[in-house]
Amino acid sequence: MELKVENVSFSYNKKRQILKDVSLSVSSNSVVGLIGDSGSGKSTLCKIIAGYISNYKGSVTIDGEKIPDKDYYPVQLIFQHPEKTMNPKWKMKKVLNESWTPSQELKDTFGLKENWLNRWPSELSGGELQRFSIIRALNPKTKFIIADEISTMLDAVTQVQIWQSLINHCKANNIGILAVSHDIDLLNIICDDILYFKDINNL
Amino acid sequence: MSELPWYNKGLFSSLNLRQKTLLTIGLTGLVLLIIFICGWMTNANLPTDFSIKMQAPSFQHPFGTDWMGRDMFARTLKGLSLSIMIGLAASILSSIIATLLAFLASINRACDEFVSWLIDLFASIPHILLIMMISIGLGKGAFGVTMAVAFSHWVNLTRVLRAEVLQINTSEYVLLSRKFGKSKLWIAKEHILPLVLSQIFVGTLLVFPHAIMHESSVTFLGFGLSPHEPAIGIILSESMSYLAMGAWWLAFFPGIALLIVVLLFDIIGDNLKRLIDPSEANK
Repeated sequence: MELKVENVSFSYNKKRQILKDVSLSVSSNSVVGLIGDSGSGKSTLCKIIAGYISNYKGSVTIDGEKIPDKDYYPVQLIFQHPEKTMNPKWKMKKVLNESWTPSQELKDTFGLKENWLNRWPSELSGGELQRFSIIRALNPKTKFIIADEISTMLDAVTQVQIWQSLINHCKANNIGILAVSHDIDLLNIICDDILYFKDINNL
Repeated sequence: MSELPWYNKGLFSSLNLRQKTLLTIGLTGLVLLIIFICGWMTNANLPTDFSIKMQAPSFQHPFGTDWMGRDMFARTLKGLSLSIMIGLAASILSSIIATLLAFLASINRACDEFVSWLIDLFASIPHILLIMMISIGLGKGAFGVTMAVAFSHWVNLTRVLRAEVLQINTSEYVLLSRKFGKSKLWIAKEHILPLVLSQIFVGTLLVFPHAIMHESSVTFLGFGLSPHEPAIGIILSESMSYLAMGAWWLAFFPGIALLIVVLLFDIIGDNLKRLIDPSEANK
């Protein structure tokens, strides 16, 4: 399968355009890196691909077909700040099982400890929370994952661990990844292909 | 060393602020419960005894007696418990209305406009006028007054809840939940309701004193409960004709009692608000 972004243009207000005729494609089974400066519109592009912004020009398709918006969205965005993506009044168990019920094996590969499940989101660290939000996004119905700076707040060792488990799972289940980051060294290690944001954005 | 405030001396000095707040809520709640139960148990059909009519407060009749020789203390208690009951029903009903409208406003833009319009409409009519109109329209009595107070007191809570729901609706966890394919109803029930529940609870308690005051005033004006019921409003309006004759106790004690009950509810509401919403505590 192939996720195709074609000629996407977007601006928050009339004064400044953020994206102009951006095109890229990610195929299943591959990890594509996207690198760019702060404030250049990487996150905006991520939100457009994952369906959070709808009033853009251009098209986002999977195998040439528009992505249905009603049911589970096959392109899942993992946010930069995991603490914002969890309801503060929910226990972690409920947070984890919101999209699907992951297997014990998957929980183990990401190093999820059983006693975290009975805590509140505010009682866990950013790295611990990010593991939850990654597993949440790995629902069997997911076809592509957009990882928007998901490991920025982690130390080097944890970064490697998390990326390793994520990529292994995605390769095994035929899920494509678009990894967005500032960190060129990280992308060099994990990605099959690297795109430079200023090259694909025709501003 | 600076002087310690009174509440940090003696018996309660070992408690922290949270414990003190809980203690205040507990004690106030207990007092109100006792008033309510006493009023509930009291027999309102007091025998009339004209040999002891219009007696000033004494140890036998702490609040005095009225022109038919009935003990004012018993009547006041009965009136208070009636007020508390009507207040409770009205404030719970108005919170339910507020919650439903706040969630209605979150469906789409048209619904939001409609709810905002409704809020503006009801806020622009004087409370007491609205209560009188609804009460008369529904045939007065306990039912009419309860409905009237409920339908005029949802405005403030709705405004707060609407803003809260709008804010939660744009949070990342709700957006994400939608991408997980969850329905709007499911999100409202699972995501939003637990977050606004404390607001609803505090809102209900803070409406309570208003409800009681308005119930009494509308009854006093003759548009509320029927005259044979010993409501505080009835007692006060009856006492008006005897005030000029020097029977001050007929209005004074029931009035003070009503004020105390209202204040007690206000104390509970404020303390609970401080307990549940820590950002309020710093103000």
